[in-house]
Amino acid sequence: MSQKITIERRAAVEQLLKDRGDKLVVCGLGSSTYDVFAAGDHHANFYLWGAMGGALMIGLGLAIAEPDRQVMVITGDGEALMGIGAFATVAAQKPGNLSIVVLDNEHFGETGMQKSHTSHGVDLAEIAKGCGFLSSQTIYNYDDLNAFNNLTNDSTGPRLAVVKITSDNPPRALPNVDGIYIKTRLRQWLGHNPC
Amino acid sequence: MAEPAPHSWEDDIFDALKKAGVSQIPYVPDAGHSHLIRRVHSDPDMTPIVLTTEEEGIASSCGAWLGGKKSVLLMQSSGVGNCVNMLSLVTNCNFPFVTIVSMRGEYGEFNSWQVPMARATPTSFEMMGIEVMRCNSPDEVGPTVDSALYAAFASEQRIAILLSQRLIGRKDW
Repeated sequence: MSQKITIERRAAVEQLLKDRGDKLVVCGLGSSTYDVFAAGDHHANFYLWGAMGGALMIGLGLAIAEPDRQVMVITGDGEALMGIGAFATVAAQKPGNLSIVVLDNEHFGETGMQKSHTSHGVDLAEIAKGCGFLSSQTIYNYDDLNAFNNLTNDSTGPRLAVVKITSDNPPRALPNVDGIYIKTRLRQWLGHNPC
Repeated sequence: MAEPAPHSWEDDIFDALKKAGVSQIPYVPDAGHSHLIRRVHSDPDMTPIVLTTEEEGIASSCGAWLGGKKSVLLMQSSGVGNCVNMLSLVTNCNFPFVTIVSMRGEYGEFNSWQVPMARATPTSFEMMGIEVMRCNSPDEVGPTVDSALYAAFASEQRIAILLSQRLIGRKDW
């Protein structure tokens, strides 16, 4: 059953991050990275400009390394699909402090808005459920998004939300592209010395 | 516990991992790593992460380092090609990286399907900026792993250690 999609990506990410506390955020390349940066730069953000398919696994390694902090991965449907095996790998590890948000516009936004698998019926929330995520849902409105976000401070994960968003493409908002800088400032923010 | 087995080169790898404080071990299994994987699973200070494909372990290792932890990826040579694109994350961000690769398809191999990726293994790493070290005999393993871990985690270097099939032994069919 299809529902009317009203959530806009920038507003969704802003809502997710406005009271983020000391949450660590990993964001997938392309629009998700722009959305997270547009919501406000933060030393605890790890922006991806490449490594497509790697966002969930970076989040997993970080969540296992930092069990007392909450980790949120914010990525797109295309990026999640490329690393779909990570749904199984994350579920097998059961990191309680990991939340995954898939901003699903059912298209590859960065490359000309070609339809992605989710526009052909692939249901990422059901896949996550089948893998064994403790909570997995598809979200169509801001109230449900807010309710999901309230859970992301509890260690009851891993949890996944597929957030259906309108397919408009807001202007790019570009964070620093220097991966060494982004890595080092996150490590320093956590108290780890640069090498 | 069963009768203690003699200390092997696989135990040398485990000892080096412990000494370096490595705590996350993502892996795609291989018979050549099976003893090591069992030891990792039985160590309460290590988190084994079973993967669906090798490149996942590259990304998780980078995440571990962001959080101040050390991770080493285990795989067999057949999976090295899967890693090529994700190695751009390691190289571009200058993440420390160590993978220990058991070689198939290079010495008395019955299964010829293993041969092409075995031949391409060193080149695949080198073309992505990863240094390749090789162990041919048991006594080389411990010191090689130890030195690679030191270089990687003391100064963010990137190293793939290949365990020769001569070392691991032919697979009997």
